[in-house]
Formats: sequence, C-alpha cells, structure tokens
Amino acid sequence: MNAPALRPDLRHIADWIAPDSSVLDLGCGDGSLLAWLAANKHCQGYGVEIDVASVTACVAKGVSVIQSDLEAGLSGFEDNAFDFVVLSLTIQAMHNVEGILKEILRVGRTGIVTFPNFGYWENRWQLLIGRMPVSETIPYEWYNTPNIHLCTVYDFERLLKRLGMWSTGRVVLHQGEKVDVLPNLLGSLALVRFERA
Amino acid sequence: MTTSRSIGLVTAQKAVFDTPITLSSGVTLPRYELVYETYGTLNAARSNAILVCHALSGNHHLAGRYREDDKNPGWWDNMIGPGKPIDTDRFFVVGVNNLGGCHGSTGPSSIDPDTGQPYGSRFPLVLVRDWVETQARLADLLGIDCFAAVIGGSLGGMQALRWTITYPERVRHALVIASAPKLTAQNIAFNDVARQAILTDPDFYGGDYYQHGTVPRRGLRLARMLGHITYLSDDGMGEKFGRLLRSGEYKYGFDVEFEIESYLRYQGDKFSDYFDANTYLLMTKALDYFDPARHYDGDLVRALAATRAGFLVVSFTSDWRFSPARSREIVKALLDARKRVSYAEIESKHGHDAFLMEDEAYQAVMRAYLSNIANEVHA
Repeated sequence: MNAPALRPDLRHIADWIAPDSSVLDLGCGDGSLLAWLAANKHCQGYGVEIDVASVTACVAKGVSVIQSDLEAGLSGFEDNAFDFVVLSLTIQAMHNVEGILKEILRVGRTGIVTFPNFGYWENRWQLLIGRMPVSETIPYEWYNTPNIHLCTVYDFERLLKRLGMWSTGRVVLHQGEKVDVLPNLLGSLALVRFERA
Repeated sequence: MTTSRSIGLVTAQKAVFDTPITLSSGVTLPRYELVYETYGTLNAARSNAILVCHALSGNHHLAGRYREDDKNPGWWDNMIGPGKPIDTDRFFVVGVNNLGGCHGSTGPSSIDPDTGQPYGSRFPLVLVRDWVETQARLADLLGIDCFAAVIGGSLGGMQALRWTITYPERVRHALVIASAPKLTAQNIAFNDVARQAILTDPDFYGGDYYQHGTVPRRGLRLARMLGHITYLSDDGMGEKFGRLLRSGEYKYGFDVEFEIESYLRYQGDKFSDYFDANTYLLMTKALDYFDPARHYDGDLVRALAATRAGFLVVSFTSDWRFSPARSREIVKALLDARKRVSYAEIESKHGHDAFLMEDEAYQAVMRAYLSNIANEVHA
C-alpha cells in the first residue's frame, strides 16, 4: 500500500533514510513520514508525539506512536536503538536544545533535524526595518510564538561542532524547492543530518 | 459513519468444564463453570473475536441490558456495541466472569460437590495466569484459535498482558488500559487494608459465613469505600463533592455530614449487597501476586520477548492507583523488546475510574486502533 505523497521537507528527510532502517520520529505529528517510510522503504520504528489527537492520527495510520513530552528526554529508549532519529520543525520550540541533540545521538546513529532558518533574507529584512520576523516558516507574532530558540543554518552547525557532532548533509529549502545558491540567505527551511564526530 | 447504538437485550450463558484444572497454587478443581456473554457474530474465518477481561469487581456483563426496564447496562456499555469503538457490527465480543467470581462462575460461594456446602474458605486462590488458562479453554469451546484482541483495564489489563506471554500465538493485539506490570508496595498495602476490613469482620467466620447465614457486610463496605477513594482523584472528588454539607451546617457528630461521606457509604452499601467478600479477597490477592517478570529474574523485557501481539497501552493522567508511570514501564519493556506498541496518556480528572468513563480522546484512540484490527482480520 502506498501512503499519500509527502510534504516536500519530509520527502527530503525520507531521501536520506536508507531502506529497512529503524527510525524514531520525534514530534511525529500525524505519522505521515513513518507511514510513508513503512510503505515505501520497509522501515520500521516509532513516533513520539505529545498531542493526543496526533497520537490518534498515527494509530489510525497503523504507525506505532508513544505519547510523550520530548522535553522529558528519551529515557524510554535504549542506547543505539535506531538507525535514524528525526526531529522535524520542533527544535526551535524546545527548552533544552543541547539535551535533545545529545539524546538523539544516544538512541540513534544518525540524527536529522529540520528547523526554520532565521537567516532567511525576509527575516533579516523585517529585523532591519525594526520588526520581529513573521514569515511562512515562522508564522507567529512575537507575543504568541512557541518558538524560543531560533537560529540560522550556520548557528546550528556551530552548535553541532561544540557538542562533538558533525554534519553529514545539509539541504536548505524555500517553498519546498531546494536552494543551492546562498542557502543561509535564500532558504527558509533547513534540514541537517548529523552523526557523532 | 454509522451512529453508535446500544446492543439491546442480551443473555448470559454458562460453560461447564469437566476437565480438571490444576491452579498455580497446586490445588486441582475437578470441575468448574464459567458464565459468559457474547455480542456480535463470529465470522467464517473465526478471526474477529475479542476477549474483554474484567477488573477487580467486574463480571461478564459488558454491554446491553437483560430486560427492557434494566436501570443499568453492562459495565462497559459506552465502549461496546454497534458503531462503538469495540464495534459489535464487526467484532465478536466475549465477556467472562472469572473463576472465583460471584456472578455465576464457580467461586467461593458455589457449592463444593465434595461436601454439598459452599466452598467458602476452601476455595483456592486463583492467579491471573489461571484465569488466562480458563479463558483459553472457553475460547477452545467457542472455536476461537486466535483472538483479534484481548482487552482489559486495571486487573483486566494484567490478564491481557498475561495472554500475550502465555499464548503468544493466540493474541493478535492486546489493549492494556490503566494497568501495571506489577503492583507497588503502596498498592498491595491498600489491598491489604481492604482485606483486613473483611477478615476481621465478626460475621466473616474464617470465610465460611455462608453456613452461618451471615455476610461480612461491614468489612466489605469498608473495603469498597477505601477502594473507591483510591479509584478517584482528589481533583475529581473535589469538583464533584468539595466540602458540600448535606444539611448546610456542621452537626458536630459522626453521622453523615459531608456529601462525600454519603456518597462513599452509599457505594459501600450497594457493593456489599451484590458482591461476595471471599471473591473480593481472592481478586485482590490475584492483583498482588501478578508479576509476569518473576519467572524471568524480574526482567519484563525477557518476559515479553516471545510475545507476538501488537500493543496499545493507555493510561490516564490523574490515575494515581495505576499511574501513567506504571503504564510507561510496560511501554518501555515492549520498546526494549522491539515490539509493536502505541501508547496514549489521556488527560482526565477521573482517576483510575477514567477507563470506564466516556471520554472523546480516549474513545477516539481506541476506535482508531480497533478499526485497524478489524481491517486486518477482515471483519
């Protein structure tokens, strides 16, 4: 059975994941990525999700899902239990960014994180004219945003290095299309793949 | 989507087992009976059967009514019926009163054929694994090789878990709700206070009160009052009763003054009218003894290693008797054993009793999981 087409950013994540891998998808939403990976790449794994309606959506898709708060860490999972650990569009809203990155590479061999790129030119422009950026990938006002740890592509990779991790792949997108020229300026959404150095 | 309806009128049935059963305690019962109910239709492939295990004070009457004028339907009527999460248009649902029970199955109040008297104190202790054994024999009788799902809350969840370990090939899915892999010391302590209330009742007569024409009502009532407190949450109780007074003012005495006192006494009285004290003792001991990891050096991961079922584990945030942390222990062991498991932690203020209540999020996740099972078994 083929699952429906994936959102472009999830599609790029899926491209990085080898067939028959075990995958942990943190903040997995409705389980689209895992359902697609199971149907198309024979991957198996679990989603972790805090919202009960999303948990139900995963269950309805036949995706194994654990309702849990990522801020509490991944203590439910053993060391090196997964080939890939995905954290998609969630890290910018988390309190303990360093903690979750360490946890990702404790339970998994390869981490894949996606986040809105604060270095995107529209964000820079809005700051320049004296306003907090509101854009397609950061669609909140300063007073109602869940995002507390925004960063640029460069910032994120600097943090990886500081944590003894290294980036093994990077794709920057804008409106689903890959941005190859000046990605930290022209891309609004970043995907970074990383491992232990 | 079809709208959900009541299952309507139902009748209980009785299965008689003449093959002796040797229980975990070593005692052999030469013959025993189980009372059960079924709803829906077993399909030609016999693949759509669901066993619903009962909790501490439960019985076989899951859903529907015995008569048109029945005030109360079965104990899980909101979950089981046509179009409901456990959809009897698709599944064949079996409810059974456990061995040792007091609603028709052989138990302490049944007549011992050897003496012509009620078993009373001579009725052996029964463990969760013994119940699973008798339920498997009932399944044989009904022609069910493999259950599409075994479902249970609390003590029922323990039975579902035990099913997956004892009969991995006979359970496709297990739904373990508001349960635990074993009781904590605090839980055993609560059970023992309840038992002591019964054991020290002057009308108990060492368990042979049947011959004395008495019932240890006071003990049973206290046991139930204590139990009831632990099944509710402080918030839920506070919201429903608070410090409401029946007469509006303090009376400076020990009669019922607060609404919560009235409620607990009413629940305790009602319970002591229809439940057998020996069965209560036996069921709480089954809870205390349950520990499937015991035979695997305490390692639950190893205990679950041979299971083949898919699991849905559900807990409720305000349940402190079987807290979410206990469900997460089951989930962690299943994850470590690389089993298929989903876990939902439902926001609720109803405490342990939440698993019996109507709750949109809870029913949605149950419905989604069971609907997949129905598709899987072509129900």
